[in-house]
Amino acid sequence: MATAEAHTDSHAHDHDHEHKDSFITKYIFCQDHKVIAKQFLITGMFWAIIGGAFSAIFRMQLGFPDADLGWLQPLLGKWISADGKLDTEFYLALVTMHGTIMVFFVLTAGLSGTFSNFLIPLQIGARDMASGFMNMLSYWFFFLSSVIMFISLFLETGPASGGWVVYPPLSALPQAMSGSGLGMTLWLVAMVFFIVSSLLGGINYITTVINLRTRGMSMWKLPLTIWAFFLTAVIGVLSFPVLFAAALLLVFDRSFGTSFYLSEIYIGGEALPNLGGSPILYQHLFWFLGHPEVYIVLLPALGITSEIIATNSRKPIFGYKAMVISLLGITVLSFVVWAHHMFVTGMNPFLGSIFMFLTLIIAIPSAVKVFNYLTTLWRGNIIFTPAMLFSIGLVSVFISGGITGVFLGNSAIDIQLHDTYFVVAHFHLVMGSASFFGMVAGVYHWFPKMFGRMMDRKLGYIHFWFTFVGVYLVFFPMHYIGIAGFPRRYYSFTNFDAFSGFTDLNAFISVAALITFIAQFIFLFNFVYSIFRGKKAPANPWKSNTLEWTTPINPGHGNWPGEIPPVYRWPYDYSKPGAEDDFIPQNVPFSETMESNLPHENDEIALEKDIDELVVDETGEHHDQH
Amino acid sequence: MAENYQLVDRQPGRPLAMHPQKFALWLFLVTVVMLFAAFTSALIVRQADGDWLVYDLPNLLQISTGIIVLGSLSMHWAYISAKKDRFDQLKIAMPLTVILGVAFLVSQWMAWGQLVDSKVWFSFGNPAGSFFYVITGVHALHLISGVFYLIYVLISSLRSKVHSKNMLNMEMCSTYWHFLGGLWIYLYIFLIMNH
Ligand code: HEM
Ligand SMILES: [Cu+2]
Repeated sequence: MATAEAHTDSHAHDHDHEHKDSFITKYIFCQDHKVIAKQFLITGMFWAIIGGAFSAIFRMQLGFPDADLGWLQPLLGKWISADGKLDTEFYLALVTMHGTIMVFFVLTAGLSGTFSNFLIPLQIGARDMASGFMNMLSYWFFFLSSVIMFISLFLETGPASGGWVVYPPLSALPQAMSGSGLGMTLWLVAMVFFIVSSLLGGINYITTVINLRTRGMSMWKLPLTIWAFFLTAVIGVLSFPVLFAAALLLVFDRSFGTSFYLSEIYIGGEALPNLGGSPILYQHLFWFLGHPEVYIVLLPALGITSEIIATNSRKPIFGYKAMVISLLGITVLSFVVWAHHMFVTGMNPFLGSIFMFLTLIIAIPSAVKVFNYLTTLWRGNIIFTPAMLFSIGLVSVFISGGITGVFLGNSAIDIQLHDTYFVVAHFHLVMGSASFFGMVAGVYHWFPKMFGRMMDRKLGYIHFWFTFVGVYLVFFPMHYIGIAGFPRRYYSFTNFDAFSGFTDLNAFISVAALITFIAQFIFLFNFVYSIFRGKKAPANPWKSNTLEWTTPINPGHGNWPGEIPPVYRWPYDYSKPGAEDDFIPQNVPFSETMESNLPHENDEIALEKDIDELVVDETGEHHDQH
Repeated sequence: MAENYQLVDRQPGRPLAMHPQKFALWLFLVTVVMLFAAFTSALIVRQADGDWLVYDLPNLLQISTGIIVLGSLSMHWAYISAKKDRFDQLKIAMPLTVILGVAFLVSQWMAWGQLVDSKVWFSFGNPAGSFFYVITGVHALHLISGVFYLIYVLISSLRSKVHSKNMLNMEMCSTYWHFLGGLWIYLYIFLIMNH
């Protein structure tokens, strides 16, 4: 940590000027976790715009199959035919890339990368991540991955098109569809770098949380955000290697003539030489990552929400321990439910029942969390900041989407609903919208800490209502379409008698989707405008308890100019009876709040001396003990 | 330092006393374990489907296994020597470990040759054979990274940068090396049971 020390500006008044750092080390190859967080955020936002635009395009196709899309030709070139029709294969590419981009690049890298990086050191009281270098590397691997994925969008043969899950044989055989050629290769290469980036990041987050907490910060005093980021990283470290294995075997099948996933395939009447593989094997490997991945996407959002809801209800979070235990439960259970994505692969029905049972159990910790959010909100002095609105919105969409998960978890019902719009509705509410809401809430809430300025509140409200109403208008009707049996990933439904209904509803969804998409530019404008022109932020704008608000308004590298504050209490002392203020930050000792201490807290005063006595060893030389 | 921590072992949670880099190394080992857990369980799942080619494991693998066990022993010798500041021994043990590491890789390579001679190929054959190549190959890649790390520690020991007061890299390197050895023994037993 010696370097962190050196960078810390000891004069609080001139924190704006940083010596030593050139532009390159400050903004490009920077090892400061706060800068890396912003790099992840901005890259994530870039991807969100692309991913959102893709969905806007394919929604136009689905809602208005007869429309003339010729005006998109300048953008999409040959993917729009002469008579203004979207190319069918490109439609599949759009769906695939939309999923890939949103799940991995926006809601994994953009969400964890931003908030784990930004908040872990600030909230646990550390100068930086355990390894600033690895952290920087993590971003640049992500960047490399992004560049490769981006290039694949412009290929002559189009990007990968076999769905975000890239099931073989479609993805394994370059001759299967045009997107399975070079596009698929680049997809795999990009994902390999993405996995490396995630692992570097995850290892760093875990190490930092375990090793670098400030004096007094026991695990049970961690803000729930940190618990969530920590467990997200644990899930990632355990599951991404499995995706790596799946991808590696797929690469061998594609390029080296192995038959892990391929068997007895005829193309154009000719048998391929591959024998003995099993495409189901890929599904097992993929979903062993895939299901934990959905929680990787969700947990950080839940953590952010816990923090924002407690702060803005001015109430302690209800059931802190239950929240942590639910997070732990979700972490463990997320590894034993993967086969609920494979009920219809012809698996042994007995095995299906086991996975059904395990799947339904995971609804319990999820429900505990929802319950605790609601009880925290109950009779709180709610302050409706935009962040708070989005957090409440998250709870809402998480309930709506979680309930349909229970439907799908029943294998008998899933036989009907699998691969229909019902599934699309389920996961867009429970994962897509919930995580997106969490991410946006986090940006509104921590923007003052990131950029030293406030985002505009009114624009935030407008953005919220458009988005909140929008996602319900888009995804709620999809349940009906799904129950009616409409399969997902179809280019159009006009050719099937069975699916000739619902054209109006589809058009309605598309209009809602376009409006919701356009409304996101309000946020984008607010974000960019506020970075430069926003109101200057006060030190603790939301009157929050956590440590990040004890840093200077624009913290330098190293976060605290002087010593790192020690921690004496949990982060949720809001509206404590007897207390002067309605919040008591974590670094206020119990000996200073005699009027509000509970009996057992008075006992802790004796221990505070020990916290103060602890010597902080910031020289970076760790003394090994044997 | 260690004594200081004891002072406050009750309430204020004291961060783990393990060096962050060592801790990160352990996490990395967890990812490697997960990678091979994926390969080996994939093999079992696939094998259960039937249509599985049973082949003879190349007998060179026994030699490889012997070499890697010796490598672990000499790594430990190097570690002890460094800890006791016996540099003359350290300068024998480290190069020996590197040589044993390379010998293991050569032996694995030749084992592939044996397998090819008995007409079990990586490509266009039954996945049984392909799995063997993937598992041993990915293990070998990790072992190559281990050899590079050994060489790094070897160079630092030649420059007298490894001694009882500066054991971090030596400790991490030996953890990694023993891990790779243990991993191979697991994989070998696994392959004996499921080839
Ligand atoms: C209440 C607990 C939940 C249950 C019981 C549940 C159950 C299921 C089931 C059975 C499926 C498979 C449907 C099919 O393909 O036929 C599914 C799909 C999915 N779920 Fe959930 N789910 C739950 C919560 C969640 C959460 C919290 C997330 C994400 C944060 C999530 C994300 C997804 C995704 C992304 C898919 C679709 C993947 C795809 O096929 O592309 N689910 N869920
Ligand atoms: Cu799942």
